[in-house]
Amino acid sequence: MKTSQKMGAGLGLKAEHYEHALDCTASGLWFEVHPENYMVDGGPRLAWLEAIGSQHPLSLHGVSLSLAADCPPDMAHLQRLKVLADRVQPTLMSEHLAWSTWRGQYHPDLMPFPRSHEALQRIVDNIDCTQNILGRRIAIENPTHYLKLDGHDWSELDFLTELSDRTGCGLLLDVNNVFISAHNQDFNAAGYLDAFPAHAVMEIHLAGHTPDPGDSSLLIDSHDSPVSDAVWSLYQRLIKRIGPRPTLIERDDQIPAFDELIIERNRAQSVLDTHRHLQRETA
Amino acid sequence: MNLSLAGFQDAFISALYGKDPESLPVLTEQSGFLVYRNTVMKGASDALLANFPTVERLVGTEWLQAAAARYVRQFPPTDARLLNYGKGFPDFLDAFEHARDLPYLGNVARIDLLWNEAHGAKDEPALDVTAFAAIEPELLASVRLKLRATARWKWFAEQPAYTLWRCNREQIDVPAELDWVSEGVLISRSTTFIAWYPLSIGECAFLDACAANLPLEDAAEYATRAEPELDLMNMLSRLIAANVFAAQ
Repeated sequence: MKTSQKMGAGLGLKAEHYEHALDCTASGLWFEVHPENYMVDGGPRLAWLEAIGSQHPLSLHGVSLSLAADCPPDMAHLQRLKVLADRVQPTLMSEHLAWSTWRGQYHPDLMPFPRSHEALQRIVDNIDCTQNILGRRIAIENPTHYLKLDGHDWSELDFLTELSDRTGCGLLLDVNNVFISAHNQDFNAAGYLDAFPAHAVMEIHLAGHTPDPGDSSLLIDSHDSPVSDAVWSLYQRLIKRIGPRPTLIERDDQIPAFDELIIERNRAQSVLDTHRHLQRETA
Repeated sequence: MNLSLAGFQDAFISALYGKDPESLPVLTEQSGFLVYRNTVMKGASDALLANFPTVERLVGTEWLQAAAARYVRQFPPTDARLLNYGKGFPDFLDAFEHARDLPYLGNVARIDLLWNEAHGAKDEPALDVTAFAAIEPELLASVRLKLRATARWKWFAEQPAYTLWRCNREQIDVPAELDWVSEGVLISRSTTFIAWYPLSIGECAFLDACAANLPLEDAAEYATRAEPELDLMNMLSRLIAANVFAAQ
């Protein structure tokens, strides 16, 4: 079994960077993909992922299990995820606290829901089912929020903590999502991060965001620009508190050259390295 | 808003697609709701554009985005594997009122679909010419050639769909004097490389017969019935070289 011990700062893997990804020897580097893009029977796409996986740790970060939908996960889809995981042996697997598939249709986004007692039970069942079928622990990511919903029985922090306690799942803490949600919903991002259950954090995400091009004052989780200074500060504060964790730079649009992403990724690696050394000195 | 989780999700989807203006006004009145609507529509539309690159080259990004927006509303994805989204898009284009001047667009989209299918199909070793030559001559007539999943072909009656597809795919000029004739296409992947070839009607009939698990003798008969002047040996070497058959 591969462990996440050697995973430092990683990058979202893009097809245009396959060759660079395969050859790059940066220490601690790993790659993350959306498994949905690799659920094929064969061919070059899968061959690249297997080749890169033979050189670097991999993470499968799902966007479509729809764990917060009020129905069990799609078994055929879950089975395909298991086949892919068996094939590429990822070190980490994760999903979102959101829903996207409903009554046979897939709506490609991560949609919100009222964090009710009913929703908690449904999601606990769905995570249990997923972890049983995959035969492994998964991490659940905090989503970005754009809407004020009624009907919450739980705060997001308590909800995530409860999910982790009840199912044994880990958490994927997306610092950029916290920053955006804090802006959009007027709460304190640093306070949220300070209260996040450190022991459950299996992975951290960092990404860029942009102001809504429409006429709202919302920030959008666009993944089309470098990580902002404000998010870097929050990240440093978080790592200082919880210690190093595998950290991913996400970039899904306006994708720059691989070298440019590596420079950004190295910045996260140096934060991790600094705190790893500090931990050693104090141990 | 005291909806059950399922009730909330039904109402959210209804509002997302604008089907029920009364759905969740407390949400739809917030500007954040547009973020979800835009992301869902853009996600499906971007997938469609990625899956039909040759159609995009032919009609331009803006035109295709407009067509995709209508298709997405009518036929939202039913599978999270967006690589497979748009199986019905060629039929949609055939019937699309704004594509009436482009009657070949649906077939060009069909060839893009064949390309996608070949790209993600199962890997299996190909029959090479040495292995084929080693088949005992007296057994040849009864051999059933198995096709690799990486080989896809189609015949287009009364349309030079392959030429139109190929010129746009390879970004070369469509011949000024294009003969408006029937054409066939073969898309075949080796381990990592996808190639495309023109296919005659006899060759299409031959591959159809092999796919139906008919022995070589019968497949050859179907082929020559469809195209009496077909050179069978030449066809076989062409198809073997194109990695169409699975190793026996």
